[in-house]
Amino acid sequence: MIANYGYKDGSGEYYISIDTDKCIDCAADRACLTACPKHMFEIITDDYDDEVAWVKKECTRALAYDCAGCKPAGGYTSLPCTTACTPGAIKHSW
Amino acid sequence: MITAGIDMGSRSVKVVLLEEIKVEGAKEPSFAVKKAHLMMPGDLDADQAAEAAFSAALAEAGVSRDQVKSIFATGAGRGQVGFANEGVTEMTAGARGAVFMYPQARTVVDVGAEEGRGIKTDPDGKAIDFAGNEKCAAGAGSFAEAMSRALQLSLKEFGEASLRSDKSIPMNAQCTVFAESEVVSLIHSSTPKEDIAKAVLDAVASRVCAMVRRVGIEGNVVLIGGMGHNPGFVQSLKSAMDVDQVLLPEMPEFVSAIGCALIAAERQH
Repeated sequence: MIANYGYKDGSGEYYISIDTDKCIDCAADRACLTACPKHMFEIITDDYDDEVAWVKKECTRALAYDCAGCKPAGGYTSLPCTTACTPGAIKHSW
Repeated sequence: MITAGIDMGSRSVKVVLLEEIKVEGAKEPSFAVKKAHLMMPGDLDADQAAEAAFSAALAEAGVSRDQVKSIFATGAGRGQVGFANEGVTEMTAGARGAVFMYPQARTVVDVGAEEGRGIKTDPDGKAIDFAGNEKCAAGAGSFAEAMSRALQLSLKEFGEASLRSDKSIPMNAQCTVFAESEVVSLIHSSTPKEDIAKAVLDAVASRVCAMVRRVGIEGNVVLIGGMGHNPGFVQSLKSAMDVDQVLLPEMPEFVSAIGCALIAAERQH
């Protein structure tokens, strides 16, 4: 399943997509949990009894602001979360 | 066996009692909706609202609480249904319910009071892709409701009025608050109410459509959620998605509760 967490507003479209099929048997030892400076990811058991990462509910309404620090303007050349997720399950829409 | 699905929406509580019927010779059990009950809570006590809606549904169906084998909850307030055995997300419940109603459905559009979402489903009703808008209500029913109030029309009149318009007036504001001032400007420029109604519903449809396009429009599209009762929105959605047909269940607001009760029944086996 591809789970899109986030929103679209007047300033743009801000979604973090998690491909749960790649996330279930994480080959990166759940590195996303520690890679995100804002600790936005969390492991949950989804409705199909799979242990997968998701974006914490309280973060999904402020992605544009919370993720801004990890974008090129914040001095990063690549996003810590997508870099840490070696199976390539995490993607940003912007 | 009877199971219950409770959809704790942001505006209303939907309860469905589902009965499993064993047909002689059939491999799979059949299910029938025994009772569907909707309640608009009078206050903000969600716990009491769920309890009251569930009790009312049981009383109307003539079913005792002991006869209900499992209760599953879904919706924004599912965590507040203290007596539920389990909770499932709106995506899981919506996809399962939509495929139960229309086995050929593969794209589910769920537009309720405060949230809209697009869900892609497999033939078993398992959600395989979803996108919602967790911040903004401009792609949901409450936006249409606020605009109908600005036009001094009931929601029913609002939906019907939009069908009488063939004009396309773009609404630029993304936000409900700013959109209302845009509607007021249109009123002051003597734009007919039906054209404004269509402009509003086109705007909601285009926002919903943008979410659905994130998951991709595939196969038959089914619309669930309370906005399914708005014929103007259904028409606008069809145009925005550029599809010939949008499947519309008879009780679109109950589909997630049905899905929830179905999952409860399936997990009993």
